[in-house]
Amino acid sequence: MRHALKALVVGCGAAVSAFGVGTGTTPAQAQGKTITLCWAAWDPANALVELSKDFTAKTGIGMKFEFVPWTNYADRFLNELNSRGSLCDLIIGDSQWIGGAAENGHYVKLNDFFKKEAISMDDYMPATVVGYSEWPKNTPNYWALPAMGDAVGWTYRKDWFARPDVQKDFKAKYGRDLAVPKTLDELRDIAQFFQGRDIDGKKVYGASIYTERGSEGITMGVSNYLYDYGFKYDDPKKPYAMDGFVNSPAAVKGLEAYKDLYKCCTPPGASNSYMSEGLDAFKSGQVALQMNFFAFFPGLYKDPNVGGDKIGFFVNPAGPAAQATQLGGQGISVVSYSKNQGEALQYIKWFSGGDVQKKWWALGGYSCAKSVLNDPGFASSAPFAKEFLQSMGMVVDFWAEPAYAQLLQAEQKRVHDYVVADKGTAQEALDGLVKDWKAIFKEEGKKF
Amino acid sequence: MNELSASSRIAYRAAMVRPGVARRIRGLSDRTLAWLFITPTIVLLLAINIFPLLWTIYLSFTNYRANRPNAPVIWLGADWYQSILTDPDVWAAMQVTAHFVIWTVVIETVIGFGLAFLIDKKFRGHGIWTTIILLPMMLSPAVVGNFWTFLYQPQIGLFNYVVAFFTGRDASSFQMLGDVKLSPWAIVIVDVWMWTPYVMLICLAGLRSIPDYIYEAAEVDRASKWRQFWSITLPMALPFIMLAVLFRGIENFKMFDMVNLLTGGGPGSTTEVASITLKRAAFESWRTGYSSAFAIILFVSVFGLANIYVKALNKVKSR
Repeated sequence: MRHALKALVVGCGAAVSAFGVGTGTTPAQAQGKTITLCWAAWDPANALVELSKDFTAKTGIGMKFEFVPWTNYADRFLNELNSRGSLCDLIIGDSQWIGGAAENGHYVKLNDFFKKEAISMDDYMPATVVGYSEWPKNTPNYWALPAMGDAVGWTYRKDWFARPDVQKDFKAKYGRDLAVPKTLDELRDIAQFFQGRDIDGKKVYGASIYTERGSEGITMGVSNYLYDYGFKYDDPKKPYAMDGFVNSPAAVKGLEAYKDLYKCCTPPGASNSYMSEGLDAFKSGQVALQMNFFAFFPGLYKDPNVGGDKIGFFVNPAGPAAQATQLGGQGISVVSYSKNQGEALQYIKWFSGGDVQKKWWALGGYSCAKSVLNDPGFASSAPFAKEFLQSMGMVVDFWAEPAYAQLLQAEQKRVHDYVVADKGTAQEALDGLVKDWKAIFKEEGKKF
Repeated sequence: MNELSASSRIAYRAAMVRPGVARRIRGLSDRTLAWLFITPTIVLLLAINIFPLLWTIYLSFTNYRANRPNAPVIWLGADWYQSILTDPDVWAAMQVTAHFVIWTVVIETVIGFGLAFLIDKKFRGHGIWTTIILLPMMLSPAVVGNFWTFLYQPQIGLFNYVVAFFTGRDASSFQMLGDVKLSPWAIVIVDVWMWTPYVMLICLAGLRSIPDYIYEAAEVDRASKWRQFWSITLPMALPFIMLAVLFRGIENFKMFDMVNLLTGGGPGSTTEVASITLKRAAFESWRTGYSSAFAIILFVSVFGLANIYVKALNKVKSR
């Protein structure tokens, strides 16, 4: 009986093996090597899944993906990291996480690995290296490889702009041609012009902008106005000294201008809009202008209803003091609690390859590699490529301190209270923000 | 017949088991055996209820942050309690919570009791109506939150169209979730829609528990329907109504999911109930010590109020 059982087990094993080989098991699966990559659930993640098939084919290491919608992305993965979970071997974490992740030991420091594998940060766009890889900022301490370049940009309805009747009306009202706005004032005029206008029998609205309260939405939106009006996070000569920089008269004007845009020119019910709500508003033909991250532009360009010739792209227009835009994007890091760090590092090495970076861009990801971005043909490789390059040259990021989440929450509350809930004045909102941020930095032991 | 004899045998054996039998069989006293049976439950209770509570109390006196496990833990005494109780933002959140709790409980109780009173009349098809009325409370709060977000959408939402139909206003001229004045009521409406059936169910149980002979005696005494309602129905159903108020009050004091999905606490902080403030402090800012103190304050508040209320309930019952 025992022999019979043994024979049965051996037989089953052989059958399973044969079946496995017969159905095309990858070498990775045969070896049992599979790594998990964590990121947000959005268009570029799908491109990465496609791209990663090459990695599996080349190395035999299988890839699993854990994608979480943006609204829960920070909650989910910061919880995972803080609880020292080993779900993610690789993580494409938000740029603001880098300080906390480095100081709390969540990410593996990559300096030695980069040196050993001859991966040079000089091969990547400087803004992305500072934004996605370095902590402390502007020091050669690397915790991530720049993976997905991104910034806030704008889309517009090129087909509406081209209509003779619309152009005629615009010129009559504003005394200039309807064209892509170069300044925030021009953008406001255009948004106001389209607000409530009838286009093909349908009422349309001016602009979809970020107003979301719960995570980071309104901060990512208002920053594009604040930076342009002269807002600075702190005194460039005296770190963490915020009085007169965060709440300067120019910054107050910037905040007022953002509220003005929200009040005059957004669709009804846009009090809690972020990326997906913006996409919905634009794709459904509700708005003439849309503020959103470049990461969505390849998908929008392919959209059968509003893509192709109907859509145009432009960088965040200039304000009275500067022309800047909010940095998005992320670097790819190895999680220090991963049991597959060797394989995860192999992935990073593979991902840094020139051909892989080219394919990444071709599939819809935004490479940060100079070899791709400085290619003479890059600017014409996609309708938004030129704007992307320009934006990456003028990005500013939010605080990347370990206490970034608290800092972000304070701004979310203060700005939303003022812009959407009509509480107080812009000056009070920014003064309150300085007070909140000072309290947070004080708790962090910073001196200013 | 066989079944009957089998159960008879079991009953006979059970009757024959005398105290102290365990001792004879395994050398264990009945008391030990009893402890043996309840120990897993007690251990589980200690592990998942009592220990976390004590640990939270300890953390509430420290600067501990769950995202910085290696940082030194400093004893702060009652600093967090002091800063929470003097923080205007916390009091604002408590006000929002109070508005939400009071209005939802009042409206749910009035409508719930009214519905229960009607359903209790056993009209034709009352069973189907009861089932239909109970449907909202069977849904998940997450589903309800998303569902009502669409209903409240100013351009395509049914709610705005219905209001526009009856008032003649433009449907997209007002936004329930984005307006400072309307959003606190928007969350009240959704909670009332979802949980009134629950209150109705409890009130119905109360009404059904009133014996018919009391009404018959009242009829004999020629008491009017109005008099019967005030002297029989309401006093006898009152303990059940109070129970419903207690359940809904506690539940809404810690309301999170539905409000989070509907407004995320916005616009601004207009609908930021205490549990949203707590969640942000605990799992977004990672101020574990601070949020532990806040949680303890909320716990003591609910526990204290519930205890006072239960005493009042017992008085009503004993009348």
